[in-house]
Amino acid sequence: MTITSALSPTLHIWLSIGFVAVLAVCGEVLIAAGMRQLGDLDDIRAVSGLSGAIVAVITNFRFVTGALCMAANFFAMLYALSIANLSLAGPAIAALTYIGNAFAAKLFLREKVDRRRWLATVFVAAGVFLLTR
Amino acid sequence: MLTASVGDSLLARGMAQMGPMDIHHLGRLLLHAPFNPFVASGIVLLIGFFAAYTTALSWADLTFVMPATAFGYVVIALLGRFWLHEHLSVTRCIGIALIVCAVGFVAGGPSRTEHPQLDAIDAGLGPL
Repeated sequence: MTITSALSPTLHIWLSIGFVAVLAVCGEVLIAAGMRQLGDLDDIRAVSGLSGAIVAVITNFRFVTGALCMAANFFAMLYALSIANLSLAGPAIAALTYIGNAFAAKLFLREKVDRRRWLATVFVAAGVFLLTR
Repeated sequence: MLTASVGDSLLARGMAQMGPMDIHHLGRLLLHAPFNPFVASGIVLLIGFFAAYTTALSWADLTFVMPATAFGYVVIALLGRFWLHEHLSVTRCIGIALIVCAVGFVAGGPSRTEHPQLDAIDAGLGPL
């Protein structure tokens, strides 16, 4: 008996959704950290041109690691969509990702997530959930 | 905003055409999914979104960019209502109102907060 067949279908779906959300949060936080490390891309482009900006981005370790997480997230999402309805997977992944990103940005990026931004995050998560149901 | 929402919709349609996938046949997923026209179109649109999104992250906080890009969901819902003549339920209208409020919240604040500690780390003046 395989691991996936031993799980109940509902648990299997929610584990897949959770895994997609965790990969998305890791990827977005790492990409944000990498882009902050680089600074404003418009400034880099003004000095080094478009090719210089592209090289700066794709040689940044944090960005590349984040992009790999997002690539894994992409295929994990394809898998999740193949076993769950879009009406469930879409809002659940989006809501979990928005909330997870706010916590991760505060913890790892040390962004000052004030009341305004917490409210925005919760409103977006709730709004996306209602909109895509 | 538009490219992400339309791209996701195209991916969903493409994957629905391909049918359920088994975790033990991920090779089939990797080899066949990108050649589905809907999946391929979705990938192209999502690459465009990714480029714009990373550029925004170079001058704004993640907690500013994320809610702001959520406005794409509203655009898609309105396109569905007025272009495809889909029914827009009360639940969806409430969802739209919540996202519009959220975008208003973040738009009213600064796009970037100060990170003196991490800026020093990024500049090589301290441990990660």
